[in-house]
Amino acid sequence: MSEVAEIPVLPDGLVAVVKRECATCELVAPLFADLAASGDLSVYTQDDPTFPASVAAVHDADLAVSWHHDIETVPTLIRVVDGVEVERTVGWHRTEWQRITGLGDLGADLPEMRPGCGSMSVDPDLEHVLRARFNSDGLAARRVEFATAEDPFEAMFERGWTDGLPVVPPTPERVHQMLAGTSRAATDVVCVVPPDLVEVSVEKVAINAVMAGCRPEYLPWVIAALEAVCTDEFNMHGVLATTMPVGPVIVCNGPGTRAIGMNAGINALGQGNRANSTIGRAVQLTVRNVGGGRPGEVDRATHGNPGKLSFCFAEDEAESPFGPLAQSRGVPDGRDAVTVFAGEGPRCMVDQLARTPEELVTSLAAMMVSQPHPKLVLGFDAILVISPDHGRLFREAGWDRDRLLVELSSRLERDAAELVRGHGGIAEGLPAGFADAGPLAKYRSGGLLVTYAGGGAGLFSTLISGWVNGGTGSDPVTVEVTY
Amino acid sequence: MTTVLDPTSEVRPAERALLQRPRSLDGHVVALLDISKPRGDVFLNRVEERIVAAGGAVKRYRKPTFTKPAPVDLRHEIATQCTLVIEALAD
Repeated sequence: MSEVAEIPVLPDGLVAVVKRECATCELVAPLFADLAASGDLSVYTQDDPTFPASVAAVHDADLAVSWHHDIETVPTLIRVVDGVEVERTVGWHRTEWQRITGLGDLGADLPEMRPGCGSMSVDPDLEHVLRARFNSDGLAARRVEFATAEDPFEAMFERGWTDGLPVVPPTPERVHQMLAGTSRAATDVVCVVPPDLVEVSVEKVAINAVMAGCRPEYLPWVIAALEAVCTDEFNMHGVLATTMPVGPVIVCNGPGTRAIGMNAGINALGQGNRANSTIGRAVQLTVRNVGGGRPGEVDRATHGNPGKLSFCFAEDEAESPFGPLAQSRGVPDGRDAVTVFAGEGPRCMVDQLARTPEELVTSLAAMMVSQPHPKLVLGFDAILVISPDHGRLFREAGWDRDRLLVELSSRLERDAAELVRGHGGIAEGLPAGFADAGPLAKYRSGGLLVTYAGGGAGLFSTLISGWVNGGTGSDPVTVEVTY
Repeated sequence: MTTVLDPTSEVRPAERALLQRPRSLDGHVVALLDISKPRGDVFLNRVEERIVAAGGAVKRYRKPTFTKPAPVDLRHEIATQCTLVIEALAD
């Protein structure tokens, strides 16, 4: 919350608010010498501190006086008694000015009336700046009003603020509630969001989190995921711009996943859980609305995938034989963290008959070898989501993460001669120069992220294929959640 | 009226293409918006006479104050009731 500026008190006597860039103010400017001579007069000038020349004016440089005293028109003439405004007139009305000043011949040679000009404090281009500067609610974002007869949900569709589904109207009240989910100041910059490379404040994230349907306790997770996707390593610009069907897949770890009620069980990768569905959605809405990443513009995906609405799940850490993904990537035990991955939609890998870990891992490798093409290796990462029914085989045999990766790796190796372009009647493949490279691994070191989630019944696991990895594409990024 | 906070970066101006100027007033309802500056009504009264004489239909509106943008309800009312707008500045 930003500090609320103190409201300036008007001095007793006559108070005039003027600006040089107003013909009516110029017209009345010579009168101020007479007014100053006859009593207490304070003149506030909005634009030019040397105006009016007839008296020494106070420069309302930050427009605090004009804003707090609701000056809509200049000139405005006010009479203040004991700190309280008792009279006000706007523009030049000779009889009004004569009455308020008590000078019956004031401006006798001026026209009877001239309308004033708009005060700088109500300039539409300045209003949101001033509101942020002075408003007591401390929210800086521009206010957008919908007409009484307008449906706010339709109005938000029309403005292009949604991902194709309805969004919750981000009223100031809801945004305040959302901001209570973090100790960070609303004005803090979270990160720079591609593709427009715009600094996003905690407040803007909160607005998009409201729209996505988040509860306040999800906000730290949204912020962490945004910090992760807006790194050079993750390369959100490229993830948008690629024609491949990838978007941010968010894997959540730590006790906080249980505290906010995330789903790591039945249908963990599907619909139905508010946290899973809205955390990923808030990230994507922020990229869309703040970063400007929209389908058909920078987002050039050929097909896309429905996970680009939200693809976010938690691991079933209590049952996992592998330990949490975040801890395998360096996060201390017991801490909450997100790992983001540029991934496609999930693919089910069926094996209902394996009864030993060796049978199962051989079967899984046979399916994984085709991702994203059987003849492409090392250039694409993946997330493997082991289900409880499959995981049981590994746990009972004492296989941990490292053992599983070693066993998979040996079964995924292919001789480079089989992978070169044209081999097997398939044009796709590695350049011919690799023909003598010998056995090649499917995944680069660290390129296969093993996770554990899903319902208690079902002899299936899931593979989430990635986009091009490394410097030309995207690397997975893990960020701790801070509250 | 619902007030929401802008979820965008606020750095992209809203770009709206101007509509093509109509060749005639046939079938159009013209909104005459008085911004509440003195004697703007004098100008708009004359404009209304000319439009009506040309066979056009007119609806009259008035902003509460010239110092602020038209209230959102008034803009919505004009947008839903009229096809053309003439705004009087006055002075």
